[in-house]
Amino acid sequence: MPAEAPAARQLKFNEALHEALDLALAADERVYLLGLGVPDPKGIFGTTSGLVDRFGSHRVLDMPTAENGMTGIAIGSALVGMRPVMVHQRIDFATLAIEQIVNQAAKWRYAFGGEHSVPIVIRLIVGRGWGQGPQHSQSLQSWFAHIPGLKVVMPVTPYDAKGLMLAAIEDDDPVIFIEHRWLHQLHGVVPEGHYVTPIGPVRRLREGADVTIAATSYMAVEALRAADVLARGGVEADVLAVTTLRPLDASGIIDSVRSTGRLVVADTSWRSSGFGAELVARVSEEAHGALRAAPRRLGTVETPVPTTPALAQFSYPRVPDLVRAVAEVVETDAEPLLALLDPPPHHLDVPDSTFTGPF
Amino acid sequence: MTAIAVSAVEAKTMYRDMLRIRLVEERIADLYSEQEMRCPVHLCIGQEATAVGVCAALEPNDYAFGSHRSHGHYLAKGGDLGRFMAELYGKATGCCRGKGGSMHLIDVSVGFLGAVPIVGSTLPIAVGAAFGGTFTNAPRVTAVFFGEGATEEGVFQESLVFAALKNLPVVFVCENNLYSVYSSLAVRQPPDRDIPAVAVANGVAAARGDGNDVEAVYELARDAVATARGGGGPTLIQLDTYRWREHCGPFYDNDLGYRTPEEFEEWRTRCPVETFKARLLDRGDLQVDALTSLTAEIEAEIDKAVRFAKESPFPEPDELYADVYAG
Repeated sequence: MPAEAPAARQLKFNEALHEALDLALAADERVYLLGLGVPDPKGIFGTTSGLVDRFGSHRVLDMPTAENGMTGIAIGSALVGMRPVMVHQRIDFATLAIEQIVNQAAKWRYAFGGEHSVPIVIRLIVGRGWGQGPQHSQSLQSWFAHIPGLKVVMPVTPYDAKGLMLAAIEDDDPVIFIEHRWLHQLHGVVPEGHYVTPIGPVRRLREGADVTIAATSYMAVEALRAADVLARGGVEADVLAVTTLRPLDASGIIDSVRSTGRLVVADTSWRSSGFGAELVARVSEEAHGALRAAPRRLGTVETPVPTTPALAQFSYPRVPDLVRAVAEVVETDAEPLLALLDPPPHHLDVPDSTFTGPF
Repeated sequence: MTAIAVSAVEAKTMYRDMLRIRLVEERIADLYSEQEMRCPVHLCIGQEATAVGVCAALEPNDYAFGSHRSHGHYLAKGGDLGRFMAELYGKATGCCRGKGGSMHLIDVSVGFLGAVPIVGSTLPIAVGAAFGGTFTNAPRVTAVFFGEGATEEGVFQESLVFAALKNLPVVFVCENNLYSVYSSLAVRQPPDRDIPAVAVANGVAAARGDGNDVEAVYELARDAVATARGGGGPTLIQLDTYRWREHCGPFYDNDLGYRTPEEFEEWRTRCPVETFKARLLDRGDLQVDALTSLTAEIEAEIDKAVRFAKESPFPEPDELYADVYAG
């Protein structure tokens, strides 16, 4: 866990988000939440549960199934002083709202010469497993990270889920806040009260001298698992979570690569024209001389994600893939390292054995 | 003839505002060939009555949003003429510091919160501005101008639904000029599609009127604004009008053959500026000998704005990087 987490209290990622939203609503009357299902009994995977009772239906709002229009409505309210936090239960649904996000939210300040900012947070949740299929499991961060004017964050730890949410809400720019469904149930140390995780720097999750693993979202969790195994085999990985994709501050990765000389990038999206390519490009441009081996890049296979677990199990890079990639860049035999791995779980389509579907 | 809806003074002001928009647009058309205004311009000559009639019904601190063809909306709402002209010339003194051009106009000081060129995009943003106002104790009326083409966008219905659902103080101003670029209404909408009926079906009150008659526009807008301000919710008003010049640029484009000379002539004889002038002269609200000085006064104001625009500096190169983010 990050060194700056002083308290020992543990929360799940979704509970940390809930606490951040609760604090923000209490602290600033300009903040309101909207999204399909925000006040419903399931409360967006528990992240908004009960908030409607505390803050009222005028600040914790359900909405019509109109992703683009409602994004514009959130933007318009931000222009007159509000700070909306919008959520879609799957990032795939935001494809309907690309017009308002890309043309309007991202451009409004610039096109109008700085007259108005658009302080809006859009939470988008990446699905995976249990047959989410082609249209409920995309990881579209590369689209948003391509656009100047947007800020794009992907927290990994519960600590950062809370700290980045509070930072995003307090930020004067549009922030695309991308969650991964498989992170929601993970535990971590979360201090009570208000704090922010700064939008920008990468987060070091584990220190190591032999190889840099730069990962986004759930792949950072897989990277930590791989790092445990690698350490048992004598390879120390420096695991960095890239929690801010735009504006990208790659300095933490570049510093790490200058020290390790070796880089593996692991992203939750497709490799082609994906965010992982940006990381490799930045390191290649700025620290090419420090690289002692060609960088490796992991991402989902170049197909839509199929529904059946028989096929979907091959869609995602996993711990063994990370171990193999690291072995390659540190120029060692992968087999002894792979032999250290625990046998894979029986079911690969759930984050852990407690998850029994459906969503 | 429409019943007299306004006082002589108000009528004269509306005439002056329409004439001013007409003369500004004609000046842009005249100057465009100098190739110093290096941005597309969508002139609203022929459509001045919609902008002026609606904005006359708004209070100064009410909000308005526009579209790609919004010179008239910006000016009618009180947007600064010098900063407008400077924007067309790409200057640092422009209303968007040169970064927006003709298709991005804003003057927050008079409640003109923005015009953008993606068809229909300001519809939800305007509804959102009205919705944002419900969180404070000072709700204002928000008017949003859009063409009939925008009613073909999905976001049109999305915006109507939410405005009705929350009973928001919005006036949807649909300017029907019959063409989306060069595509006529006939190839875009079924013949019996009734735009006000679409609004009504979504819970928004609606009316339709002559968009070339500024007093008729004003009356419709005044009622819609009063309803909105009184807590009666949103209204759509459809205003039928006609664009004289090409879709984008300073010239006429009837040679292209996408509309008939007869159709154009019919609308030209219904010029909103000339017909209203004749009515005011007839009523005695305007005197012939005042016309020359009125025109001269406006031309002098435009001269000054053009001089300001031309003499203003371009933005410094560093400005390229400014305002992508607030912080």
